[in-house]
Amino acid sequence: MLLSPALAISAVLFTLGVAGVLLRRNAIVIFMCVELMLNAVNLTFVALAQPLGIGGQVFVFFVMAVAAAEAAVGLAIILAVYRHKQSVGLQNMNLLRD
Amino acid sequence: MTGTAVDLIWLAPALALLGFVLNGALALARPALKTAVSIIGVGVLLGAFAIGIAVFRSFVGLHTDAPVVFQYWSWIPVGSLQVNVGFQVDQLSTVMLLVVTGVGSLIHIFSVGYMKEDPGYARYFAYLNLFVFFMLLLVLGSSFPVMFVGWEGVGLCSYLLIGFWFSDKVNADAGRKAFIMNRIGDFGFMVAMLMIFWSTGSLDFGTVFAHAPTAFVAGGGAITAITLFLFLGCTGKSAQIPLYTWLPDAMAGPTPVSALIHAATMVTAGVYLVARCNLLFAMAPVSGAAVAGVGALTALFAATIALKQWDIKRVLAYSTISQLGYMFVAVGTGGGAMSAGIFHLATHAFFKALLFLGSGSVIFAMHRAYHASHSHEDAQDMRNMGGLARSMPWTTTLMWIATLAIAGVPPLSGFFSKDEILAAAFARGTTQPVWLVFWGLGLATALLTAFYMTRLMLYTFHGPNRTGEEERPHLSEAPWIMTTPLLVLGLLSLGGGLLNVPELYRGNAWLHHWLEPIGRASAALIPETHLASNTEWILVGIAVAAAAIGIVGAWRLLNLETLVPARSAPPERGFARVLRNKWYVDEIYDALIVRPLVWLSREVLWKRIDQQVIDGALVNGAARGTRAVGWANRWLQTGQVGIYVAVFLVGVLLLLWRAMS
Repeated sequence: MLLSPALAISAVLFTLGVAGVLLRRNAIVIFMCVELMLNAVNLTFVALAQPLGIGGQVFVFFVMAVAAAEAAVGLAIILAVYRHKQSVGLQNMNLLRD
Repeated sequence: MTGTAVDLIWLAPALALLGFVLNGALALARPALKTAVSIIGVGVLLGAFAIGIAVFRSFVGLHTDAPVVFQYWSWIPVGSLQVNVGFQVDQLSTVMLLVVTGVGSLIHIFSVGYMKEDPGYARYFAYLNLFVFFMLLLVLGSSFPVMFVGWEGVGLCSYLLIGFWFSDKVNADAGRKAFIMNRIGDFGFMVAMLMIFWSTGSLDFGTVFAHAPTAFVAGGGAITAITLFLFLGCTGKSAQIPLYTWLPDAMAGPTPVSALIHAATMVTAGVYLVARCNLLFAMAPVSGAAVAGVGALTALFAATIALKQWDIKRVLAYSTISQLGYMFVAVGTGGGAMSAGIFHLATHAFFKALLFLGSGSVIFAMHRAYHASHSHEDAQDMRNMGGLARSMPWTTTLMWIATLAIAGVPPLSGFFSKDEILAAAFARGTTQPVWLVFWGLGLATALLTAFYMTRLMLYTFHGPNRTGEEERPHLSEAPWIMTTPLLVLGLLSLGGGLLNVPELYRGNAWLHHWLEPIGRASAALIPETHLASNTEWILVGIAVAAAAIGIVGAWRLLNLETLVPARSAPPERGFARVLRNKWYVDEIYDALIVRPLVWLSREVLWKRIDQQVIDGALVNGAARGTRAVGWANRWLQTGQVGIYVAVFLVGVLLLLWRAMS
């Protein structure tokens, strides 16, 4: 039925998210890519809930709740970084190095 | 439980422990409360002595040959090893109980006067009470492990009290030496315990001795090894060759400690152990001969050293070693002689405690005299004494009694006990000639004993005084609290022989019959040899003649007029110098054992193994290795989050690929 196209779309979305996290330098864009990955997974859950039962749909709500919390914390961190560095470019953030 | 006063036996050690706890607390919190310390310290001992008497009387009333054993609680329940904390009341342990608490009480009372001015007064009494507790544990314990706890405990207290004035390095060193020498002996004790458990499956005295005849082959290797290891423990604790060198140095402690621990009680623990295990020693004739032989050799060897010592306490220390040798001759001979050993243990406790306390009273007087004139002369050197009889009549009289007792002059206590040991050795010699050698050594020792003790008395109390013009008026008798215990001990030294007057003098040999149940099993293994009464009379005559020659010889040979004080005395020459330097045994041990050991520890174990291998290669090596690996891989850490995510992704893909295929 619609299962295979749905899974294919979510795979594409997830790969796009991964590529974005890997390739982009702007923290906000990376953050959005992470959201994209989460939602790709949500799509998989919903799609698989059709044959496998209601559990997948329930789980999606959990993921959304966690994503909302993550958005609040993540954006706050990015804001704090911006205040500190006047930039949200990840290439400038390598304090872990030494 | 017997329903008599015997059940109260636990109270005796408990009281001593209570005294330790209270005095220890006072020593930490209120060291100035000396009156309270004296009351507690002496009170608990008198209480323990009273309990000892009560236990003894009830035990006599029970008319039993079997020991009364109290098991209090299970201590080490491990598999087939079941050790209970238990006390055993029998003929042997009651005698020891009375000697320890009785002589201990007198010495505690003496200490009140002797240590009065000492700032560590409370600490001193705490240690002394603790010592009595452990000593009671040692003699009352109903199994080897309980006895061993007491054995180690008295060693600890001995160490603490030898180094009592630890701010002086010499004293601290003496304490350490005693501790280490004792550890060597304790190793033997522990090995013996393990072997006993291995063969008999138990460590309780009752079970071990009941199983011994079937578990061991008489004269076999196992029993010989066990008894020799036990005896190694005895040589440490009771200061016999080769581990005796700590005892003379132990005189660094306060004099009452020397009297209590290093003469009357602790050092006799080895004799007690051999007597307790008389069955095991009787089953191993080689060990019995070794015990008697080492005892006889030690007796003579220490007596020769005592001939040329100037320090009054050192003479007594070597005399103690020598007398302990006698006791080992007796318990090594075994059979009926075992009771002679315990008899000598008791009489020796009386007269040697008296001698030490008397010397303490002399040192006390000398100290006061030198203190008054701010002099720093040696208060223990007999060359600085002389003529003290004029100022210390009580001490002089009582010490003469003890001297005659130790020399074996009839009818004082030492005469009976020493004579019985010599007679027993001679009787065994009629079937086994090697014992005749031991008898000869013992006889020679008796002569030397009489000689050096008379020498000590003459140099200390008679002839002209050498203390100094300024000090002489300050010499005086010690206070009554010190002379009263001396008086009691004097009476005991006089009449102690009544404990065991042999049948030869129409006595009833009370102690011998009393101890018979202890040695019954072993007596069957040792041929009882009876001497004709004519022979016995000749032996007595020879022993008394030896004592008389010693005393008269000292009287005639020593010239009191030409002796000069220590500071102007010329060094000895010739053989006298060898004796003065104790046959150089300390130096030989130092060269053969101590120095190589120190060299090995310092140059190899410390500088090579510890500093280079462990610290260098292992500890710092591990750190250096980690650092090198980190330095080599630091390029991986760019700090760029993107790269970390990429690596992470590759890892996830690899895992997925592994899971798929």
